[in-house]
Amino acid sequence: MTRGMLKFATAALAVGWMGLAMAAPDVGTAEKQALNIHAIVMFFIFVMMTLGITYWAAQRTKTASDYYSAGGGITGTQNGLAIAGDYMSAATLLGLTSLTYFQGFDGYIYCICFYVGWPFIMFIMAERLRNLGKFTFADITSYRLDQRQVRTIAAIGSLTVVVFYLIAQMVGAGQLIKLLFGLDYWIAVVIVGVLMVVYVTFGGMIATTWVQIIKACLLLGGGTLVMLLAFAKFGFNFETLASQAVANSKKGIALMGPGSLLADPVTAVSLSLGLMFGTAGLPHILMRFFTVPNAKEARKSVFIATLCVGFFFTVVAIMGLAAVTIVGTNPQYFEGGQLGGKLLGGNNMPAMHLAHAVGGNMMLGFLSAVAFATILAVVSGLALAGASAISHDLYANVIRKGQATEAEEVRVSKSSSLILGVLAVLLGIAFERQNVAFMVGLAFGVAASCNFPVLILSMYWKGLTTRGAIWGSIAGLVSAVLIVVLSKAVWVSVLGNKEPIFPYEQPALFSMPLAFFMAWLGSVTDGSARAAKEKEAFEDQYVRAQTGFGSAGAAAH
Amino acid sequence: MSTAVYERIRKNPKFDELVTKRSRFAWLLTALVLGIYFVFIMVVAFNPTLLATPIWEGGKASIAWPIGASMILLFWLMTGLYIRRANGEFDDINSEIIKGAIE
Repeated sequence: MTRGMLKFATAALAVGWMGLAMAAPDVGTAEKQALNIHAIVMFFIFVMMTLGITYWAAQRTKTASDYYSAGGGITGTQNGLAIAGDYMSAATLLGLTSLTYFQGFDGYIYCICFYVGWPFIMFIMAERLRNLGKFTFADITSYRLDQRQVRTIAAIGSLTVVVFYLIAQMVGAGQLIKLLFGLDYWIAVVIVGVLMVVYVTFGGMIATTWVQIIKACLLLGGGTLVMLLAFAKFGFNFETLASQAVANSKKGIALMGPGSLLADPVTAVSLSLGLMFGTAGLPHILMRFFTVPNAKEARKSVFIATLCVGFFFTVVAIMGLAAVTIVGTNPQYFEGGQLGGKLLGGNNMPAMHLAHAVGGNMMLGFLSAVAFATILAVVSGLALAGASAISHDLYANVIRKGQATEAEEVRVSKSSSLILGVLAVLLGIAFERQNVAFMVGLAFGVAASCNFPVLILSMYWKGLTTRGAIWGSIAGLVSAVLIVVLSKAVWVSVLGNKEPIFPYEQPALFSMPLAFFMAWLGSVTDGSARAAKEKEAFEDQYVRAQTGFGSAGAAAH
Repeated sequence: MSTAVYERIRKNPKFDELVTKRSRFAWLLTALVLGIYFVFIMVVAFNPTLLATPIWEGGKASIAWPIGASMILLFWLMTGLYIRRANGEFDDINSEIIKGAIE
């Protein structure tokens, strides 16, 4: 029983977190619902608005800097909302409400684990990222190291994260939209793919940022509204809310304390490491730090993002608790009207049913539209990050060795986003009936093990050399992928073997230290002349990281 | 950017002051956040029933929820504390350093 619950919790988390699939168990089993007119109309309004913004953004996108980083002209507050938008996915809303609905306080523990990475990013990374970076995070890792080698491996890491994350989002989008809007799976995937390519190709970072901001406001506003309407039913009294939840839940008083979450400490620690440092290694989140004019605004962004994320997690937890009573005691939300049976639409539906219960079809439609908009915004950010890795890192700096013109570079980026869009749609359709939960774990594992260690070392450790960076990245990438493939999620669930070869599903606890170790080992044993030069160059980099002197965009604004 | 300018900044005693002050403050806050978080996770792992204690005698609502919410609030306030000093005091020193370097 405990094992089963842990499994559910871990799965729901890993999945839920990323907008992935609104809980793995439902993937492929989501039933097509009747056409939801309210939702479609509201989503249509959102799309019109964002296309208008894209048109406006396209007029203002002239240089490579406009395209990749909105010319560094986004304010801290705007960027904070956009970062929060990148971070809060549809599944934060659906998956974490559901987790609190079923598991009580464990849901809130998950929220806290996701949240704690933000203060860390603020204190340790924000200002250095802004001071050293330009368009992609590889600008930082390759700052004083070998451009071609380090950018190649950084681009591989970025693209691995982007592609797996995109597939997970696409499959999640298709299932969610089938469920909420009553549209066919492939139509949903194509809509998401086309809109994503349009935003990114025509509007670049400016359009992507504004799509993110609008989505963040809608998600915060919608979630807060549903939470307030639901909380009002308990007279805004937390004791009433809690005691009724206890009375109406199968778990009873167990809702009120930690449950099975940490029954397996290795998985729990590994998971929280992966989430915390994976966040700090996601290419589309890192890119957001280059859109503000200076370190001051970068810090402000994290301050705003932290507020939004923390607030939203608390809203989601209250929604989950309220749903226990409001949804859990209403037979119309259960299959066959069987109270305590299977929830209509699956385990990720408490948030949606709650919206319907407190605000009727209108509110359900609104929240569904918000969920769709959310997925769209997240995939756009991903596509832009992927396209930038191809054009800025691989094309401009590796293939053309820095000789490409800005116009050529942007053109390559636009074609790359088109290719990524087509690829995402095809893979999304191909994986319709697959359980893609592991892909999210893989994306975070690679971000935490391949991107993050080298990024942080390049900023903090003088001794890092090109060889160390390459060893560390490859060790992190290979070990994270291997661990996921040999774990139960792929070896048993996807490949159909009986026993997993590796007992833990979360790679970060093992692959991250390995990456750090190999980066260290590769660096300290590197006695080449190049290595000596690279170490020497740290001094200048250090001054720039600390003061922002000479950083991109700072002078122009 | 020329190495000479960076060299000049590095030799400025204000640069050391900036780096020392800001790093010390950032690491202190990081240690606090990680420390509090670690204590919380340890309680969750080894003494979960403690968190299930009711807030009010005879009530059902447990102290776990307000503790969780306070942690979220506290961590956010700490990021606020950091940018207050970083965007004020530290950035003032910083702009002085840069002004000195390009003159």
